Amino acid sequence: MKKTVSMTVNGFPYELEVEPRRTLLEVLREQIGLTGTKRGCDRGDCGACTVIIDGNPVASCLTLAIEVHGKNVTTIEGLARDGHLHPIQRAFVDHGAIQCGFCTPGMIMSATALLTRNPNPTDEEIREGLSGNLCRCGGYNRIMEAITAVRDPGMTKSE
Amino acid sequence: MNLIRRLPPFEYLTPATVEEACKILDRRKGKAKVLAGGTDLLVQMKQRKVVPECLVSLKNIPGLDQIQVQEGEGVRIGALVTHQTLAASPIIKEKFTCLAEACRKIASPQIRSIATIGGNLCNGNPSADSAPALLALDARISKEARHSLSDDPLWGFFVEPFQANLRPDHVVTQIFLRFLPERSASSYQYLTKRTAVDETLVGAAAAVTLDRRGLCREVGIGLCSVGPVPFLAVKAEEVLKGKKLDAAAIEKAAQTAAGETSPRSRADYRREMTAVVVSRALTKCWQEIAGRYSNHQ
Repeated sequence: MKKTVSMTVNGFPYELEVEPRRTLLEVLREQIGLTGTKRGCDRGDCGACTVIIDGNPVASCLTLAIEVHGKNVTTIEGLARDGHLHPIQRAFVDHGAIQCGFCTPGMIMSATALLTRNPNPTDEEIREGLSGNLCRCGGYNRIMEAITAVRDPGMTKSE
Repeated sequence: MNLIRRLPPFEYLTPATVEEACKILDRRKGKAKVLAGGTDLLVQMKQRKVVPECLVSLKNIPGLDQIQVQEGEGVRIGALVTHQTLAASPIIKEKFTCLAEACRKIASPQIRSIATIGGNLCNGNPSADSAPALLALDARISKEARHSLSDDPLWGFFVEPFQANLRPDHVVTQIFLRFLPERSASSYQYLTKRTAVDETLVGAAAAVTLDRRGLCREVGIGLCSVGPVPFLAVKAEEVLKGKKLDAAAIEKAAQTAAGETSPRSRADYRREMTAVVVSRALTKCWQEIAGRYSNHQ
C-alpha cells in the first residue's frame, strides 16, 4: 500500500506516492528521473549510490524512500549552478579523474560531503572520507589528485 | 550465490513508543522485524534470507537516537545512535576512546551515517567492531518486551554467530557505559582486509585503570573475529589485575589472550595476530595514562 512522502531533492520539493519497499535509489532514478545516482552493488558496499541527506553521505540503496520524509536530499544533479560545474566536478574533469564514469557521481558526492564538513582535510582524511567508494577502473590516483586540487586551490599542477 | 533483488513487499509501521513497538512484535509472532538503520536487515531482505511481513521502524520513538550524559555516572547511548555520531562525539572520543575508534572502523562513511549501534549488536556478527569496545568498557544493555524490562551486562548478549540473546518480541533500547575512574584509558586496535567495508580480521579493545602506583586496578580486554561471538579475554585480564603495567606484563597478557581464541578460519594467523593487537591496545592505554599523568605527581 502506497504512502505519501514529501522530500526536497536538489532544492525542489517533491510529493510522491511510494510503496514502503522502494529504496531512495529506486525513487530517485525511476520515479523522479534523476539517473545520475547509480545502482552498483545495491547492498551498500560500492558507494555508487551515494547521495547527501542533511549533510551526511548516505547509501541510497539501503535507505527506504518513506524514511526520507521531510528531509533534504542532494544528488549529483544538484551540484552545478546555472550551467556552471561545481568546483569538485570541474576538478574531476581537469585532472582526468573520470574513466568510465560509473563511480564518479558517488565519488563526487562523498568528496562534497567531506569538504563541506571539513574544507581542509589531511590526505589521510580524504582517503577515509572516500573509503566507501570503489572505482573498478582503478582511477583512484587521479580522483585523489582532483580532490586535493580542490583543497589546495592555487597550487599549480606539476606535469 | 547471494543474489541481490529488489526488496520484497512489506507492511511498514511506525509506533510512537517502545511499548507500542513491543505490542506489535508480540502480536505478529515472529513475522515482524524491528527496523533500525536497516543496513543489515535490508540486505538480508534483498537476498531473501529474511522476509518479514512487517517492519516496525523505531524512528518515531523519541530519545532512542540520543546520547545522554548522567553527571558523575556515565552515558546512556540510545539504540538508534549511529556509528558516525559515536565516532564524532566529543564525550565518546574523550571518555570512551575505544568505542569511538571502533565505530570509526565500521563499514564506510555512507553506512556509518545510517547504521545504528543497537542494530549492529542485534545482528550478532562475530566481527562486529563495537562489541569488543563495549565489552571492554563493561557496557550494560537494556531490552524491553511487552511485559518485561531488563538491564544486563553486555557479555550475555552474544550467544551464537549471528544470533544475539534477543527474542523476536524484544527491543534493545540503550547501552549504558559508566564513566571510568581517573587514570584510565582505552584503545581499539585491529587488522583488516583490503578495503574499508571488509570485515575486521582481528579486533581488540582494551580499557585500563591504574592506581597511583601504576598497578592495574581494572582491565577489560574485548575481542572480535577470533571466536564464534565477541568476547572478553578474561584470563588475559586476570594476568594483569593488581600487577604493574609494563612491557613484560603486556606481552604476557597478549599471549594469554591469544590462547583464549578459537578462530574458525585462518586460525593460526588470527591467533598470532590476536597477541599483536592486544599488545598494541594495552600499550596505547599505558602510554595514554603515562602521558596524562607524567606531570602530576
